[in-house]
Amino acid sequence: MDLRELYQEVILDHNRRPRNFRALEDANRRADGHNPLCGDRLSLYLKMDGDVIRDVGFQGSGCAISKASASLMTDAVKGRTLAEARRLFERFHRLVTDDTYVPDVDELGKLAVFSGVREYPVRVKCASLAWHTLRAAMEARGETISTE
Amino acid sequence: MSSLTEVARAAPFDVARLRQDFPILARAVHGAPLVYLDNAATTQKPRAVLDTLARYYAEQNANIHRGVYLLSEQATAAYEAARSKVQRFLNAAEAREVVFTRNSTEAINLVAQTFGRQTVGPGDEVLISHMEHHSNIVPWQMLCEEKGAKLRVAPINDAGELLLDEFEKLLGPRTKLVAVVHLSNSLGTINPVATIVQLAHKQGVPVLIDGSQAAYHMKVDVQALDCDFYAVTGHKLYGPTGIGALYGKGTLLDQMPPYQGGGDMISSVTFEKTTYNVVPHKFEAGTPNIAGAIGLGAAVDYVTSVGFDRIAAHERALLTYGTEALSEVPGLRLVGTARKKASILSFVIEGVHPHDIGTIVDSKGVAIRTGHHCCQPVMDRFRIPATARASIAMYNTREEIDTLVGALVRVRDMFG
Repeated sequence: MDLRELYQEVILDHNRRPRNFRALEDANRRADGHNPLCGDRLSLYLKMDGDVIRDVGFQGSGCAISKASASLMTDAVKGRTLAEARRLFERFHRLVTDDTYVPDVDELGKLAVFSGVREYPVRVKCASLAWHTLRAAMEARGETISTE
Repeated sequence: MSSLTEVARAAPFDVARLRQDFPILARAVHGAPLVYLDNAATTQKPRAVLDTLARYYAEQNANIHRGVYLLSEQATAAYEAARSKVQRFLNAAEAREVVFTRNSTEAINLVAQTFGRQTVGPGDEVLISHMEHHSNIVPWQMLCEEKGAKLRVAPINDAGELLLDEFEKLLGPRTKLVAVVHLSNSLGTINPVATIVQLAHKQGVPVLIDGSQAAYHMKVDVQALDCDFYAVTGHKLYGPTGIGALYGKGTLLDQMPPYQGGGDMISSVTFEKTTYNVVPHKFEAGTPNIAGAIGLGAAVDYVTSVGFDRIAAHERALLTYGTEALSEVPGLRLVGTARKKASILSFVIEGVHPHDIGTIVDSKGVAIRTGHHCCQPVMDRFRIPATARASIAMYNTREEIDTLVGALVRVRDMFG
């Protein structure tokens, strides 16, 4: 099992230089995610325009997998509708948990790099924290999300 | 001492020979030899312990304290002999001062719920340190909440050393118990427990010591320490899981109410009145981990035969070697640099989360722990979410430290 499958160049890059790594002053949806046992935490900011995610930003700290996942997620959902973002969530969840799932690279784009996480079950919660937090933000739920 | 023992004791520490006693060390992980450096989480077991456990179930298994048949007598004798072994290991005055528990956590909870409930009242205080493991924090929090008492915390410095003056200042007229760790699992700090006991006793305050990590790195003498309670756990002592022990001074244990109710801890039962058994049986309800206790006895025998002088010298040399080697890794900072410490190498690497460190070194067969090590207050105090922690035991080698360092350099390269 090559470590490169998990720590691909894309992931290392997004960890080093996370995209959309800022709080949004004019956010109208917000959610927090925290995995206390491993220390990953993030705050997610959405600027909704109708049902389109006009802008998205995040802040937080955690392992490379969690940070890269948040970064790639924000890139993937910016400009999408809530329905499209929900579909991406379903696809991503299957990607990191179901090893029979063959990812549709056209649909997932760069998110497909997380297919390696399937081989590292302990790290699935790191990769999925950002997505569960996104869902909470989209559904305007109050509580802090955890994937532990 | 026989001349054979003298010869054995004088022989240099042959770690390669010792490793052969531990079958799991021959394992491969991800195609590389296992480099097991997570001993603070649990230690590996020598064949002597494995054989004892197998033999117990194959030849000696019976419930204890109950039967009049030979098998039960023998099982009882083996269980009580294990108690005496732990007594001698800790240098307790009497075997009845050793109560078998599931682990250290249960030992501490036992004291909190019996002695604690009896002794601590509204407005009283329990004094612990900032470096405690959750098992020596939460039972006291629960007790204080129940009783309307206060938990006071003695601070530590940036090296992870207890500030003894501050500790002394916190010892007050309302302090009813001091609970402190002997050897910190996250920082490696060895606390001056003899002094702590003296200071506390001057004010009439009893002391519980969490010896989970200390007991397999150094000789513990509970009479010399004069501590009131001392908790140990078997699985860190090269013994099986599910067994631990609480040492308590006989006079204290006698006065404490029972912990769990059930069989064996009673003397007689009617629906009108039940009377309790004597110490230690008063605190051992139900069928215990008989095999575990006997296995722990075998572990204690094994450690004693290797000898703490030699174990400590070997581990000290490795700690020094490991400390220097890790300090050479770019961006690596050691957490826990007390002048008196043992076994533990906790560290952070700039720009790399401990989780990522752990996963990457695992690919090289190296097992270290990453996280808060059940010491969230310590992590908060050093303003970090987690550390990576390598922890040394008697069977580790310089080559293994080299493999760890090589893997860490790989981490550094990968993350830039």
